[in-house]
Amino acid sequence: MVEEEISRRYPEGEMRCPVHLSTGQEAIPAAFALSIRKDDFVVSTHRGHAHYLAKGGDLKAMIAEIYGKATGCSKGKGGSMHLIDLNVNFMGTSAIVGNSIPVGVGLALSAQLKSTDQISCIFLGDGAVEEGVFYESVNFAAVRKLPVLFICENNLYSVYSPLAVRQPKNRSIAKMVDAMGIDTGTCNGDDIYASHKLMQDTVNKVRSGKGPSFIEFSTYRWREHCGHSFDNEIGYRSEKEFLEWKSKDPLINLEESLSKSGVELSKKVNSIKASINSEVMAAFEFAEVSKFPDHLEAYQDVYAKEGPSK
Amino acid sequence: MTQKTFSAAINEALHEAMQADPTVICYGLGVTDPKAVFNTTHNLEKQFGVERVFDMPTSENAMTGVAIGAALNGIKSVVTHQRLDFFLLAMDQIVNGAAKWHYMFGGQCSVPITIRLIIGRGWGQGPTHSQNLQAWFAHIPGLKVVMPTTPEDAKGMLLASIFDPNPVIFLEHRWLHNTLGEVPDGSVRVLLGKAKIVKTGTDITIVAMSYMTVEAIHAANYLGEKGIICEVIDLRTIKPLDWETIMGSVTKTGRVLALDSGFTTGSVAGEIVARVAMEKFSILKSAPERLAMPDVPEPTSPALTKGFYVRAANVAEKVMKMFGKDTSDVKKYLSEPIPHDIPGKWFKGPF
Repeated sequence: MVEEEISRRYPEGEMRCPVHLSTGQEAIPAAFALSIRKDDFVVSTHRGHAHYLAKGGDLKAMIAEIYGKATGCSKGKGGSMHLIDLNVNFMGTSAIVGNSIPVGVGLALSAQLKSTDQISCIFLGDGAVEEGVFYESVNFAAVRKLPVLFICENNLYSVYSPLAVRQPKNRSIAKMVDAMGIDTGTCNGDDIYASHKLMQDTVNKVRSGKGPSFIEFSTYRWREHCGHSFDNEIGYRSEKEFLEWKSKDPLINLEESLSKSGVELSKKVNSIKASINSEVMAAFEFAEVSKFPDHLEAYQDVYAKEGPSK
Repeated sequence: MTQKTFSAAINEALHEAMQADPTVICYGLGVTDPKAVFNTTHNLEKQFGVERVFDMPTSENAMTGVAIGAALNGIKSVVTHQRLDFFLLAMDQIVNGAAKWHYMFGGQCSVPITIRLIIGRGWGQGPTHSQNLQAWFAHIPGLKVVMPTTPEDAKGMLLASIFDPNPVIFLEHRWLHNTLGEVPDGSVRVLLGKAKIVKTGTDITIVAMSYMTVEAIHAANYLGEKGIICEVIDLRTIKPLDWETIMGSVTKTGRVLALDSGFTTGSVAGEIVARVAMEKFSILKSAPERLAMPDVPEPTSPALTKGFYVRAANVAEKVMKMFGKDTSDVKKYLSEPIPHDIPGKWFKGPF
């Protein structure tokens, strides 16, 4: 609902930064939200809104950040692709494919050095698997048996390039990673119940000190790579393919199945939707009335000042 | 104060830092091997354990990101690479990540990491084992770039770098590793961003860094005998650059020659010449000059590196020309040492 509201308002021209929306990919972060602890670490990607919210990130600060306001989670310096909420150990997202992966591994190393039972979760897409840094990071996590959970959302496209031109046919990402010596799993990312079970089991395993794990979820982004529109007509994927995935959409199907199971549940779903909607509206209201940072703020914070570091 | 080599001073700084702060860790290819990165990491593993001192996979990029992630949770990493050139594989993490993390997330978290990079020269180090890319790193907002010359500064600046809240690129010239100097005991810090006037003078300001400072001093000694009293500045920190010291000196001397161990185009020396020309044009007695490496990769064969480096003789000749003096006997007193491609007899290769 957050992403759809961004889509609706984006043409107003007030959100002046690239946005990469997660509509269609909701089940995985939802399953994640139910499986993770507040003090666990998370890093994510350019398509990170859903992960930020799943970790408990402040919605108002995220929308304000997209609006470039001083109240934004990165004070307007980062935008949609650089989200952070240190209150919930959501440690950052990056616009560069694969860039945050080793950062997540480093957070896991810090947890190991400090002998805590925190784990570090790294969201990545199918494109990031093509980056060298991915292999370097998996390898080091395996060597040191670090508490890392790699969560790969395979939505079949890197921008407009389909998987077929990027990776060999019939080679599974999970199998390849398995060969690197860490536990892997695969899951239908449209199946909210299966996603939750696998996520929770894997989180428990990683937390128990058995080393890193990797899960590949299948999923699909509804909207264009970057921006608020649909783009099935421009020629890189077909309307037919989109409709097939849409028919499997986790939210729609969950809502339908809940509705079928009785009037009470149906009422509950409606009330949850109403409450989320008012939260979303309040966040946009907050972002719109918030002040822009002073233009001189652009020159602040290039360096951290002396003193105890965070 | 004890007489020590540059590399022993580095080793001492690492011991001091790890002793003082349990959140300091040290890793890099070879830090625990028998050669201990030219002895700079000697005994660290034994002293502080395998958790905090470890060899790493040949993964320069990810291991830089690992340092960033660990820093976000309060771990200060000192990452070591035996040649700067290997670190070029890590540009994404250092430039897109470490340098910007503090800024792009609104100043909420800092990335206190230190990257030790060793710069090779001579003995066939060749195109990819000898690059002086300080200007490159200095170009990136958010990075600090440190380049000490003396053992004392090596120790004090490494300690200052490790405990600086920002990512610091710490550049060690291989030809300095065996130089001797007095090194203060204990946890001494040398302020980053402050240049040192290593020789005071009145006639011309020679700005140098790292190994070029050694050549500058040789040249200044010769020039002194010819009646040209040089002020030699050792920059020590490349970013942030100590403009106050440079401008103060040029105001006094009215002349500047900037030396650089890196390639000419886009060099730190070029930046100094530009700023001096812009700000001190009216008081300059002659055009500002620079001497840097040619825009050519360093070749490998000793035959090809003859006369290739900027040596004291080149510096002296340049200064003599700036004063309109005859340069014919410079080479008589400042000839290129034989062999020309090693820092001293102690160096037997291979790198």
